[in-house]
Amino acid sequence: MFSISNYQVSYGQSEVISSLNLAVQEKEVVAVLGRNGMGKTTLMKSVAGMIPSKSGSVKLNDIEISKMKSFERVKQGIALVPQGRMIFNTMTVRENIQTGLTTTKKKDVPDYLYELFPVLKEMRSRRGGNLSGGQQQQLAIARALASDPKLLLLDEPTEGIQPSIIQEMGQTLKRIRDEFGLSIIVSEQVLSFALDIADRILVIEKGNIVREELRASVDEEKVASYLSV
Amino acid sequence: MFSDYTASELVSIFAMQGFAGLTLFSVFLLMALGLAIIFGQMGVINMAHGEFMILGAYVTYLVSNLFPDYMPSLFGIYFFFAMIAAFICAAALGALVEWLMIRHLYRRPLDTLLATWGLSLILQQAYRSIFGAREVGVTLPDWLMGSIALTDMIEIPINGLFVMLLTALIASSVFVLMFRSSWGIQVRSVVQNRPMASAVGIDTERTDRITFALGCGIAGIAGAAFTTIGSTGPTAGQLYIVDTFLVVVFGGAQNLLGTIASAFTISQAQSTMEFFLSGSMAKVLTLLVVVIILMIRPEGLFSLKMRR
Repeated sequence: MFSISNYQVSYGQSEVISSLNLAVQEKEVVAVLGRNGMGKTTLMKSVAGMIPSKSGSVKLNDIEISKMKSFERVKQGIALVPQGRMIFNTMTVRENIQTGLTTTKKKDVPDYLYELFPVLKEMRSRRGGNLSGGQQQQLAIARALASDPKLLLLDEPTEGIQPSIIQEMGQTLKRIRDEFGLSIIVSEQVLSFALDIADRILVIEKGNIVREELRASVDEEKVASYLSV
Repeated sequence: MFSDYTASELVSIFAMQGFAGLTLFSVFLLMALGLAIIFGQMGVINMAHGEFMILGAYVTYLVSNLFPDYMPSLFGIYFFFAMIAAFICAAALGALVEWLMIRHLYRRPLDTLLATWGLSLILQQAYRSIFGAREVGVTLPDWLMGSIALTDMIEIPINGLFVMLLTALIASSVFVLMFRSSWGIQVRSVVQNRPMASAVGIDTERTDRITFALGCGIAGIAGAAFTTIGSTGPTAGQLYIVDTFLVVVFGGAQNLLGTIASAFTISQAQSTMEFFLSGSMAKVLTLLVVVIILMIRPEGLFSLKMRR
């Protein structure tokens, strides 16, 4: 359904992602784990078209998207929930979600998004910048879902979120996968969250996948050793 | 300063100057709205904005000359056709300029400033070559001439009133477009975070081009309105560009409400002071007050506070 092969991303002379290969099946949740600076955010942003790649191929449903601009990738079915949420602070909750509708024919926020995140319905006229961190994260996910994606990218969604909300978020992501039939790639540093939601765990080190395990048979100690400083 | 006048004379002076200030406010606002959209969204300091206004004025002049020859029966309403033509011509030139020049200079504010300044010189010379160096004026239809006498000493010119109504209409339309349409949502998201706007599916380059064209189009309408209260020359745009930038910066870039408040404050202050002091002194005092306020509030009159 989605694949990356021989993928390279550089900042000037410094190579951040090197010859990376990755494949995601339909309705599969893949967690990419790694410490800070290992290339998780670069990978996510690059797949979303926010950072250009140096070489390699990115295919979604057999369509090559590596040379497409960000908004063209959204049309193909890629949606990003970026690290730090990056919601539009001065716009209302409803307007924030409406930005995600640009590539669809819908004009107003679909009811299913408010059903998924009831708090956003209550706060739909509030400015996004005035929401709490957890509410902003829900808003960023709702905005991404508004474009009817096939592949959802979540970059460190638990960062700065309190533990009780993280648990709720895990439940919501599983619901999204089941109800919307989405594939999800989530980059994380929190192993327990990854184990809660992912079907497969990948470990990224210095821009390459160095370990791959199915959740059912994951060696938690081994994976955790990659995350400790 | 006030001792030379009786109380009733002072009331009349303030009323008349207040109205003159409102007319000036209208022109400032029409100019500043376009500039605020362009500056606020793209960070482009468009030094040629005044020349887009003058293009609108010249188009109005041409249309006003065409109607008596080809459609004399419709002369009374030629101004509305002229306004539409002014908008279309200025917007089309704006889109062309954005495509040919501005899009290559994004994130290079100084280069953009220099390039648009060069463009303003080119346009001024083009106007001089086509229309001549002398100022030209339009013939207004009868209904736009004369004034309404409120009292023996207070008269409100109809053309000024018309410009104010036109400004109210255009400003309301811009507000509806920016805050009640899906296009407005796209523009505002691009203003706030361009890469993220693209990552949610917005074609930011297309949004830029339309926005630049719209800003220039509004300047064209400002030019059309300008012909009802003054004559047009190749360099007339330069008279307004500094004041217009002052309005945008003082109001707080990216904030249209601030632009309105700022245009009102500056035009009223300037107009009232001009009567009692010289024009230059009025300008110096206005600038002084604006500089002091900007030292206290560098973000301008209006800014939004958000949770970080």
